[in-house]
Amino acid sequence: MSFFQKMGLTSPKSARSAKDRLQLVLIHDRAGLSPGKLEALKDDIIRVLSRHIDIDTEAVNISLTDDRDQQRLVADIPLAPINKRRR
Amino acid sequence: MSAKIITITSGKGGVGKTTATANLGAALASQGYRVVCIDADIGLRNLDVVMGLENRIVYDLVDVVEGRCKLRQAMIRDKRIENLYLIPAAQTRDKTSVSPQDMVRICEELREEFDWVVIDSPAGIERGFRNAIAPADIIIIITNPEISAVRDADRIIGLVEAEEKDPGRLIVNRVKPEMVRRGDMLATEDILDVLGIDLIGVVPEDDAIIVSTNQGIPAVLDEKSSAGKAYRNIALRLDGQDVPFDDLADKDGFFGRISRMVKSGGDT
Repeated sequence: MSFFQKMGLTSPKSARSAKDRLQLVLIHDRAGLSPGKLEALKDDIIRVLSRHIDIDTEAVNISLTDDRDQQRLVADIPLAPINKRRR
Repeated sequence: MSAKIITITSGKGGVGKTTATANLGAALASQGYRVVCIDADIGLRNLDVVMGLENRIVYDLVDVVEGRCKLRQAMIRDKRIENLYLIPAAQTRDKTSVSPQDMVRICEELREEFDWVVIDSPAGIERGFRNAIAPADIIIIITNPEISAVRDADRIIGLVEAEEKDPGRLIVNRVKPEMVRRGDMLATEDILDVLGIDLIGVVPEDDAIIVSTNQGIPAVLDEKSSAGKAYRNIALRLDGQDVPFDDLADKDGFFGRISRMVKSGGDT
């Protein structure tokens, strides 16, 4: 990072955003799962899980990761706060 | 004699496949090897004009496949470089006129007579691409430092792997070192990081390529062309020689460090 960037005087370089965007788009390309389909998958997961357990639907996070050899679907599914659960 | 078969491919159009084919063919032949270039872009023939051989075409690849001529009759000898030949694509047919099996059969026949067969793949991932990679021993994927071209290269890498071929090696073409240093162009190391394949060359943006294409003379014959030099180096690497990579696209290279030191007041 240059002196001017550290001082917040210039915007991040465009090559940086190119690499970030590229990495994101390739994760979806390689998995054959577009962001829209991932969103639909998330809705389905929430629907199925909710039949069995109360979850904090707003905080559910489903994402794809890619460390070159292995792609993963990572799900972070917080349960609903105890006082809000159905009995 | 048993030729090695190289296919140059990219997914995206316009990144420099045909220019790379013409230059690598010319550079390998200049090293003294017997080389034949094949234009696999049936219907959109262009390797002939880039090599400056467009006026000498009698027969083409589809004529060979359909038995209208012998393989030898479709091979055009280069004007300038000894031991360099071209098998042109048909212009009035489409990709389905040739099958992957046809390409394998033709290349097996060429293996006996040549040291290198260099195949210019069409853009896309359909039949023409499959024809081009079917006989390949070595696949060279060429890209530009742009999101769209790198994304397509990644797709090609996946398809090549699915064919159980070696993953291929990468040429990054049309690099503008000054933009890389400024942080406004993807650096070669960023592209390698994302794609995860080995590099075989970095080719700078060079006006001499346009001039050489205008004239139909490969840039590798121009001693002053920086792109020509990059292609000569790639040909040497294909030949197994250990040629160091220039730092022209390396943001941490010598000139990059100097310019960043200046920019950041010595604090790198």
